Amino acid sequence: MAAVDTTLATQIVGGFARKRLFAFAVPAMILLYLAYTAVAFDLAGLASRARMDNAAILLSDFWSHKTHVTRDNRTGEVTAAVEGEAKGAYPAGTYPDWVSVAGTVTTIDLGTGHVVTYDASGASMVVPDYGTIDIRPEGNRLVLTAPEPLPDWINASNTRVSVTTPAGRFNYTRSKVETFRYQAGWELFFFTLDSPFAGKGPLELAGLALWGDRVDPDRSNFGYMVSEVWTNKMWRHSDVVWALFETILMAFLGTMGAAIIALPLGFLAASNFNPLGPLRFAFRRVFDFIRGVDGLIWTIILSRAFGPGPMTGALAILITDTGSFGKMFSEALENIDDKQVEGVRSTGANSLLRARFGVIPQVTPVLISQVLYFLESNTRSATVIGAIVGGGIGLLLTQAIQTQKDWEEVAYYMTLIVLMVMAMDSLSGWLRRKLIKGE
Amino acid sequence: MVDIAFGPERGKRPDTASIQDSYLEMVRRKRMYGGILLALFIATMASGWVLADSRNAGGFWNGILNVFEFPSEVVAEAWEKRALIPALFVEHIPSLIETLNIAAVATLLGGLAAMALSLLATRGLARWPRMIPVFRRSMDALRAIPEIVIALVLIYILGGGPVPAVIAIALHTGGALGKLFSEVAENADLKPVEGLQSVGASWSQRMWLGVIPQVAPNWLSYALLRFEINVRASAILGFVGEGGIGYDLKLAMQWGQGRYDDVVAIFLLLFAAIVVIDRTSDHFRNRLVKGR
Repeated sequence: MAAVDTTLATQIVGGFARKRLFAFAVPAMILLYLAYTAVAFDLAGLASRARMDNAAILLSDFWSHKTHVTRDNRTGEVTAAVEGEAKGAYPAGTYPDWVSVAGTVTTIDLGTGHVVTYDASGASMVVPDYGTIDIRPEGNRLVLTAPEPLPDWINASNTRVSVTTPAGRFNYTRSKVETFRYQAGWELFFFTLDSPFAGKGPLELAGLALWGDRVDPDRSNFGYMVSEVWTNKMWRHSDVVWALFETILMAFLGTMGAAIIALPLGFLAASNFNPLGPLRFAFRRVFDFIRGVDGLIWTIILSRAFGPGPMTGALAILITDTGSFGKMFSEALENIDDKQVEGVRSTGANSLLRARFGVIPQVTPVLISQVLYFLESNTRSATVIGAIVGGGIGLLLTQAIQTQKDWEEVAYYMTLIVLMVMAMDSLSGWLRRKLIKGE
Repeated sequence: MVDIAFGPERGKRPDTASIQDSYLEMVRRKRMYGGILLALFIATMASGWVLADSRNAGGFWNGILNVFEFPSEVVAEAWEKRALIPALFVEHIPSLIETLNIAAVATLLGGLAAMALSLLATRGLARWPRMIPVFRRSMDALRAIPEIVIALVLIYILGGGPVPAVIAIALHTGGALGKLFSEVAENADLKPVEGLQSVGASWSQRMWLGVIPQVAPNWLSYALLRFEINVRASAILGFVGEGGIGYDLKLAMQWGQGRYDDVVAIFLLLFAAIVVIDRTSDHFRNRLVKGR
């Protein structure tokens, strides 16, 4: 028997060993890199900087609202307002049904046995399984009477007592006493409290709209309701709808404008249409430059020149995408089939007609699908660009986040943005199927 | 003999005149539809621009004259202080590295999540075929949320710094790459998977040894493309939120006159970084997909 040549075997075994090493080295490198960034990003310090109380506020605001019942201790006047805002205030002398006012005594039922009472000489709160917390101002200080020892959810000093329970919060200072009650839902989403339709159920509203007497003799109840919702001061539905429209407008104008400008430039940058090498090279570098400068910088430059607004955003998208489209279109044009162009040429067509009948029909599907894809992703970018240039839903969102209190509005805008992006996704998918695959 | 081109009955033979008529009719109809669509499109564009112009703070025609005013002001000042710019480059390199790190970590984490999500959402490969729609919809939702939304909310909770940006970009990347990865995995050859199954390999072994080697080049190429996109996103998030070169740029811009040399240095640094990354990733993607 001839000796077996072992070089192949050693080669293969060596290959295995190398692959095995590789299979461990890559994850190890990734882990090393992640460890390095964990140190660079100060992940350990993050735990101490993280504000879990903020997270709790945010989460509870996302699905609930609070109503403030406030007594001014100097005038004795009791007011109720949703989120403590003037726009959500109950009209003077009216209160939510869980608040009853009789003379100087105000009783607030927070549910599950928690009852707060404001009276002439102070205020008290009954907490089940604990007892009564009683606060009386004496001279310059507050006297707290409560079962000892004080639990950690009561925070008391000479000038301020605050009680936090799952049912609500209670704050007593010398100038005022406040009770917050948390309830599920986004309050006043349709009608603010000064509207005649506030606090009515859907059936009642439907009845009013269909056969009820006119609340305002000048217009139908339904029209009145629509205008009340549209002009809602708390949620500003009209502004929000406009902002969404502006965002989509920015994306549409920017993407389509870029496609219109990039199409002729794409011809000039394609080697089979533009025989002049240097010119071609120049166009390519222009596209590279535009793409390299990046949307952020274009946005900054344009917002200096045009001021805040949707047009600035549209122009920023237009410029950035002209670079990308120019590159993609010229590549698509270079990949066309020459036979069709030859066929059109054989009928004596000039170069414009050759482009129209020999080239455009070939590249249209590619171009349309790219343009629609960009339209889709630009709807997202328009939100971000809107936050920088000051237009559209991005602006509303950043404003709501920066004030750090209207988190229910943030949740509302986030939901709307996600719905808007998803709607644009399915619209562009539908258009793509319709226009490219034919019906 | 029967004329097989037109069928046995002579009467059904279409005459050429009617073919030409119907063809011309069709062309006319197509042209009309095309014309109507074009007119509609032009009208929408024109009214859209007019509307956008009217809702903008500064008008278009005022602005167009000023487009170069700000850049020329900036460049003029920077040119006067050109000697300082190399030092400023060095000063801003740490923030550039932070921006790149944000993008890289986000791409890595998002890519790993996308690998799992895409395999779970691909027909024929999924671990739990009934759960495919759940994973698909969750990828759609991840893709739909713009990074800035998550980043700003997380900044409120976690404080400033790069971590909110990483999480925000990684979530979006997971959704976006997951979809692309799953499209690639759909075309994978199932024979190696079946082979592995026949020797009793578990689901993760089948994926790791049977599918990943097939799809790795395409997946890597998509991940590189995503990295390019994420570098830009991370710069923008820095501008809106905190951290990285975007934040430096915002500070320098807010300072305004007197710090324009800083602005130019950051512009140039960012531009160079983006071009270099685009070029490198283009090169590697070509090698990965077309093979050298």
